[in-house]
Amino acid sequence: MSNEPVEQQTVLQRVLDDINFIMMLGLVIPTVLYTLWGVMEVASLPIAR
Amino acid sequence: MAITTAQSPFRTDPLTGLRIDLTAQALVKTNAVLAVVFLLVGGLAGLLVALTRWPAVHLLPADLFYMALTAHGLVALVVWIVFFEMAVIYFCATSLLNCRLAAPKWAWAQVVLMTVGTAITTVAVLQGESSVMFSAYVPLAAAPHFYLGIILFAVGALIGCFVFWGTLVIAKEEKTYEGSLPLTVYGCMIAVVIAVFTLATGAVILIPAFLWSLGLIKSVDPMMYRVVFWGFGHSSQQINVTAHITIWYTVAGLAFGAKPMSEKVSRTAFLLYICFLQLGSTHHLLSDPGLSASWKIVNTSYMMYLAVLASLIHGLTVPGSIEVAQRRNGLDNGLFEWLRKCPWGNPVFSSTILSIIIFGFIGGISGVVMSVEQINMIIHNTIYVPGHFHGTVAGGTTLAFMGLTYYLVPVLFQRQLILKPLAAIQPWLFGGGMAVFAVALMGAGTLGVPRRHQDMTFAGQALAYDYGGMNQLLMAIGEIGGVISVVGGAAFILIIVGSILMGEPVPANAKCIVAPPADAGGHKKIGMGGFEAPGTFVLALTLFVCLVLYYFVNFKYLATLWPLT
Repeated sequence: MSNEPVEQQTVLQRVLDDINFIMMLGLVIPTVLYTLWGVMEVASLPIAR
Repeated sequence: MAITTAQSPFRTDPLTGLRIDLTAQALVKTNAVLAVVFLLVGGLAGLLVALTRWPAVHLLPADLFYMALTAHGLVALVVWIVFFEMAVIYFCATSLLNCRLAAPKWAWAQVVLMTVGTAITTVAVLQGESSVMFSAYVPLAAAPHFYLGIILFAVGALIGCFVFWGTLVIAKEEKTYEGSLPLTVYGCMIAVVIAVFTLATGAVILIPAFLWSLGLIKSVDPMMYRVVFWGFGHSSQQINVTAHITIWYTVAGLAFGAKPMSEKVSRTAFLLYICFLQLGSTHHLLSDPGLSASWKIVNTSYMMYLAVLASLIHGLTVPGSIEVAQRRNGLDNGLFEWLRKCPWGNPVFSSTILSIIIFGFIGGISGVVMSVEQINMIIHNTIYVPGHFHGTVAGGTTLAFMGLTYYLVPVLFQRQLILKPLAAIQPWLFGGGMAVFAVALMGAGTLGVPRRHQDMTFAGQALAYDYGGMNQLLMAIGEIGGVISVVGGAAFILIIVGSILMGEPVPANAKCIVAPPADAGGHKKIGMGGFEAPGTFVLALTLFVCLVLYYFVNFKYLATLWPLT
């Protein structure tokens, strides 16, 4: 077992280094805020008669 | 010197000291060569467009103009850039992480699919039945193979992204690097995340359009198409922004030995891109009546400003890191000695710094201002919009890619550059012409000249409108700038292709072209007034003042156009 001190990483550093979490953020945020919200707005428009 | 291992052959590059995977090198070279070929195609189509929109020349009839405009938009805006980005991500993932490439056969599938897809779409455009421009808004119908080619291209690019991701996983498992990803690779990773969203969104909307063109589905809702398409169309440009900012950091490190002023701040700025940059797609839809003000304003005026903050951070830290490096290397007098004594004749540097200036002062400022819902009414669907995105994509991205190419040709092709005096002025020709083009078109657009129109004089039309002499002059100046930038682009292609085919081989004992870390002075105090990079601080304030002034000038102009009583 190593006796070297383990350097504490901040939460921000752990987030910045977690590439899979970044991939998740990069897909979810624009999908929800831009695509889904925008599509729902278009879909909720009343049909012209 | 080539070192062969059981798994994958490598060579150690004498110019950079990098250990290069030869399979990745072949892929990088292939993608880069294809990119330059398509830059030629896109540039020629752009020349035809410029010579038509120049009122005194007015070269092409309407049908050929729209064909050229479609080809220019697709090839210059997407094909050249994405091929080059594939080259960049493969190079960074393997050479900078000292790692083999994951799934080389899939990477070759990327090359084949993107090439075949481009060929199919290009044929569709040249057949004359698909002059629907880049956006291809339904119900404007293109031939089925137009959509099919784009879909194949997008699938190929998506495969390239996963090969990059797999390489990151291998590098981590095989411990080819310690700690965090190097900043350059980190920037590529961010670009790839944006690319995955972009390409998936493209598939969501282009596959229905393809099926509709085949008659397999009855219709695609035009408004739904616009919303989803711009998740693809605009986000593809956000990949470019991330990629060229990554290249700025790379060149600052390679040419000056510069280190980011704060790695954590730069990485956080990239994280802001991940969260907010793609939401800027909304600014294409700010005049669409069916979408609520809440959706528009949250996505542009609120969220996108956080992405703008990230761009301001990058715009401060890249020149700032160069300034700190220059000052540590002894150029510490006054505010701007470090800037005056930069290697302005070196195309690697001049391309990069011009990319920073044009992207920041022209593309960046105009992008922020046009994303304001009220101001957008002045310029929506005018020629201002092409002015803006030529400032970002051509002046920012293409110029940065040109700078990196000058650096990488001796490294990857092991050939020295030819025509060095021409190479010294080429970025100024391309960047200068593009800056004139962008500013003039933004001026004409502010005064109402429409985009996507073959004849601004409406000659022979029953419902003509006279935009006046000032607009004709602005369009002429702009298109002259466009022609100059095409000349600059042609010079770039001549130098690069000529160097690859006829350049002298790089000697085995060539001097290393990576600058040593600029910390030779140890803890020597640099800068002025407590600032390590005071010159950059002044330049950043200048940019900010320009942004604020331009913002309020546009609101003032809006008030004069639509006076409220």
